Amino acid sequence: MEIKWYLFLSLALFCIGIIGALTRRNSIIVFMCIELMLNSVNLLLIAFSKMHLAGNNALSYTMATEAQLFVFFIMIVAAAEVSVGLAIIVLMYRNTKSVDINFLNRLKN
Amino acid sequence: MNAIILSAIWGVIMMFGGVIFKKRDTPLYWAIAGVSIILIANVLEFFGHPLLSFDSKDMLHFDKFTLHFNSIALICTLLYFLLSGRDIEKIGMHVSEYFCLIFFVLCGVFISSSFNTLLLFFLGIEIMSIPLYILTGSNKANLKGNEAALKYFLMGAFSTGLMLMGIALIYGGNPQGSFYITNINLGTGDLSPMIAAGLLLIVFSLSFKVSAAPFHFWAPDVYDGAPAVISSFMMTIVKVAGFVAFIRLFSISFGAMHGQWQSLIVIITAATLLIGNITAVFQQSVKRMLAYSSISHAGFMMLAIFALNDTAHEAIILYAAAYSIATIGLFAILIKMKDYSISGFNGLGKTQPLLGFTATIFLLSLAGIPLTAGFTAKFYVLMAALQTGQDVWLVILAVICAVIGVVYYFKVIQAIYFKEPEDNDNQNISVSSGFKLLLLITVGLIILLGILPNIVIDWLYY
Repeated sequence: MEIKWYLFLSLALFCIGIIGALTRRNSIIVFMCIELMLNSVNLLLIAFSKMHLAGNNALSYTMATEAQLFVFFIMIVAAAEVSVGLAIIVLMYRNTKSVDINFLNRLKN
Repeated sequence: MNAIILSAIWGVIMMFGGVIFKKRDTPLYWAIAGVSIILIANVLEFFGHPLLSFDSKDMLHFDKFTLHFNSIALICTLLYFLLSGRDIEKIGMHVSEYFCLIFFVLCGVFISSSFNTLLLFFLGIEIMSIPLYILTGSNKANLKGNEAALKYFLMGAFSTGLMLMGIALIYGGNPQGSFYITNINLGTGDLSPMIAAGLLLIVFSLSFKVSAAPFHFWAPDVYDGAPAVISSFMMTIVKVAGFVAFIRLFSISFGAMHGQWQSLIVIITAATLLIGNITAVFQQSVKRMLAYSSISHAGFMMLAIFALNDTAHEAIILYAAAYSIATIGLFAILIKMKDYSISGFNGLGKTQPLLGFTATIFLLSLAGIPLTAGFTAKFYVLMAALQTGQDVWLVILAVICAVIGVVYYFKVIQAIYFKEPEDNDNQNISVSSGFKLLLLITVGLIILLGILPNIVIDWLYY
């Protein structure tokens, strides 16, 4: 398959993530949408890695597989973010009995 | 290299310190000792005698700019611990953990000043941000703190997503198939659509991290909601490190195509300067006013990104030192107050002459009055922008915004000296003589940098 289909798929997933993160009010769902954004990037990186490997003979394997290593780092950082983020959401829930981000507007005044 | 390794190790030591240390004030001494050790190791590395070294396969690159910035960040942190360390202890129960998280943030700061691949760039920014999400919400009982933490976390994670997409697109558009920032082949002529889109996304996400308009909206709420000691750290060292990452990435990998993305930076700079300064005028709380003023200072530092020449590198270093020292000093005084509103400062010059005097010097430096560090820093930034010879209107706008800045900084000075003391809690604050001495040393540093900025800049060419 051509690279452009992978690009379209991951851009579509990324846009779904962005729209969800900007429009939904439940902080857990916003968080899920952000995770979707990160995972669409993972997909794209793997596709590009394969593309570079297939298209350019001068590249060594070690260089073209850099992107696949990058994916592991994204997973690790995403896991760290989840652990911190869920803790913050739980903290919020304990105090307000709600995970709605409309509560965040209280800071404005 | 030494700074990264030692700050990570010291963070772990402080983490276990929560179990080992029995007294509440022990962690502060350990933290001060840790910062001093890292500072000494970093200075030794600067002069070519690293304590530890190993081959990072050129994924991290240490030049004079990096090591010099690391020293400045460490000196500012040391000052921050000495001035506000006792107030970090007052946030909550887990004293040792706050210091541990600050050391992890420092590790991220050093990585984001020395990265040589996009992978380390991403990791540095993340290591810097994730502990800060926790620190923002560290006062667990305070609802405002919780909201600030959630807001900061959601915005930060969102901008991380944008940054990663940008990195992936740049990797795809780069025929070299490499993440090394020295190895990004931009081609000739116009940027390819994929690289241009990636560049745009990275600019957006970094603008989020350094709170430049139009991505600044989280900053006032978060800086206002977080405990004041933590805001002091976030506004200074972390924000400045974001700028160092910004200038490093853009001068090394995209500097050749400067003309094609400069107009984007011009728009961001102008918007940041205007929004930050004009909104700050209407604030009643000093803490919130400083949050907006930090946005306006981000606008001035964006001018260096706009210029991207040798003077811009000098300017960023000088601005980092001047802005951080003055803000840390001002926050150290603000934290001692019980009332953060401007009227809370009424008559401080009469009841606490020394606090009033030092606060005035810090405010003058932030406003950019001559003979203070803020003036020379602003001068260098504007000079860097003028040397490019383009968009002179941006420099004129920046000068006008500096004048607007005087309005809100002088409001506080007016309250300190020209208003009668009110009968409120702020009048019976007590500070130790050691704290006063440190404030005077900080003032001395500011005036020294205002008269002799070369003592900071010359080290870049050592």
